[in-house]
Amino acid sequence: MNKRLIYLDNNATTPTDPRVVEAMLPFFYENPGNAASRNHPFGWVAEEAVDYAREQIASLLEVDSKEIIFTSGATESDNLALKGVFDMYRRKGNHIITAKTEHKAVLDTCHKLETMGAEVTYLDVSREGLVDLAELEAAIKPNTIMVSLMWANNETGVIQDMKAIGQICEKHGVLFMSDATQAVGKIPVHPREVGVHIMAFTGHKMYGPKGVGALYVSRKQPRVKLTAQMDGGGHERGMRSGTLNVPGIVGFGKAAEIAKKEMQQDAERLSRLRDKLELALMSSLEEVYLNGTRDSRMPHVTNLSFKHVEGEGLMMTFNQNIAVSSGSACTSASLEPSYVLVALGLGDDLAHSSIRFSLGRFTTEDDVDYAIQALTQGVNHMRDLSPIWEMYKEGIDLSTVTWSEH
Amino acid sequence: MAYSDKVLDHFKNPKNVGTLDKSKNTVGTGLVGAPECGDVMRLQIEVDPSSNTIVDAKFKTFGCGSAIASSSLATEWLKGKSIDQALTIDNMDIVEELALPPVKIHCSVLAEDAIKAAIRDYQVKNGIEVTAEASSH
Repeated sequence: MNKRLIYLDNNATTPTDPRVVEAMLPFFYENPGNAASRNHPFGWVAEEAVDYAREQIASLLEVDSKEIIFTSGATESDNLALKGVFDMYRRKGNHIITAKTEHKAVLDTCHKLETMGAEVTYLDVSREGLVDLAELEAAIKPNTIMVSLMWANNETGVIQDMKAIGQICEKHGVLFMSDATQAVGKIPVHPREVGVHIMAFTGHKMYGPKGVGALYVSRKQPRVKLTAQMDGGGHERGMRSGTLNVPGIVGFGKAAEIAKKEMQQDAERLSRLRDKLELALMSSLEEVYLNGTRDSRMPHVTNLSFKHVEGEGLMMTFNQNIAVSSGSACTSASLEPSYVLVALGLGDDLAHSSIRFSLGRFTTEDDVDYAIQALTQGVNHMRDLSPIWEMYKEGIDLSTVTWSEH
Repeated sequence: MAYSDKVLDHFKNPKNVGTLDKSKNTVGTGLVGAPECGDVMRLQIEVDPSSNTIVDAKFKTFGCGSAIASSSLATEWLKGKSIDQALTIDNMDIVEELALPPVKIHCSVLAEDAIKAAIRDYQVKNGIEVTAEASSH
């Protein structure tokens, strides 16, 4: 058995690029300064490094560097965006529109806002994972202040029609916030061009370090204002107090610079490998289904359901070697499968049977070839063990069976 | 979450995977769980009516590693036991043997339910007084 470890879970987190690590190292011991120390060289060096990183990130997004607010990660950025806008604009209106397939950092923040007087619409998505634009427009009311829709979904990789959504928001004069955590650094993300006014993202999904994220906040047309959610020294133009994570920010900046240069070649290579993986599994195994649209999705992601095989059990057949992720929830006490896949209209059985593969910059063709072989063996092994696969093969319609729910 | 060595062993080398002829009077079949819940267990026993002893047991399970290990272990324990002895198998015995964590206790519950359902099916089929109580869970 090959004991090489293969990492196909890059949507969970990416390895930090060695070039990023190298850029960060001098900012631990040699240059330890606080970027807010204005009166000595240690502080000046740190501030200069942070400014440079801000430029690198702004350049990737084609925005002004003053529009980048550093945070601890995308969850904090989502919280700051939604709560900060609600606090600031609640006199204008209290209605927020989002979708059922958003990340928990958005959904749970919206639930919290509901307890504070917000009214939130959670849009359905199509079988393809896309928001219906007419439905979105119809949901906008006079008291709507913000639409929050993610750029690309973490589980399926489905990319929303950002430009069309931006136009709808523009037409109705509502703010457009986007959680772009999975998209930034991997596909071209230019918020100003598509009409996104506030955007959350993070370092560790784009080969940067963990513990550092950012929020893009438009400064002109429109000038977005947010209420800070943490009180303190007034860092980051008063929107996010707290000593800046200088090494992290330097790494984040370097990651953005590398992404800008290498994104296109990475995307081309990874979409070829992803297609190879997908095609091989779909041709060597029966009853494999793609979750989410094929036409508008991230280049490195595929989410497949292997019918009548339980995802976590399947993962156990190869998880000593291969890291992927499943929409099955057998590890959670709730037994609820992925809410994202359920929102796409998958039955709970197919949602329990899903595996997400997310390739990355360091994925090789050998990795993919090995994964194809291991997955094929694993699915066959699990189907040999599966009573419902046997019933399906005997031609029994499983929907007519009386199951003992438990 | 890491699995115990015993779960891994049953998962990699499951014992008694397969299908018994459910049309035979000596065979009892229990099918518990539901695909929507992420686990379905089918456990079958073959009984020697003269001694009231389980002579063979087979399973197939759709589910996570712990569900597969729980059913594999159950079939091992069932072989050679009398019906009365088989009915004393408690889900907590399975939890203990496999060192299942709290989030996986439902797998052992399902295995106990499957044992009882298989015995009940055998008893009903043969007009024997049903001693396997309905699922208590």
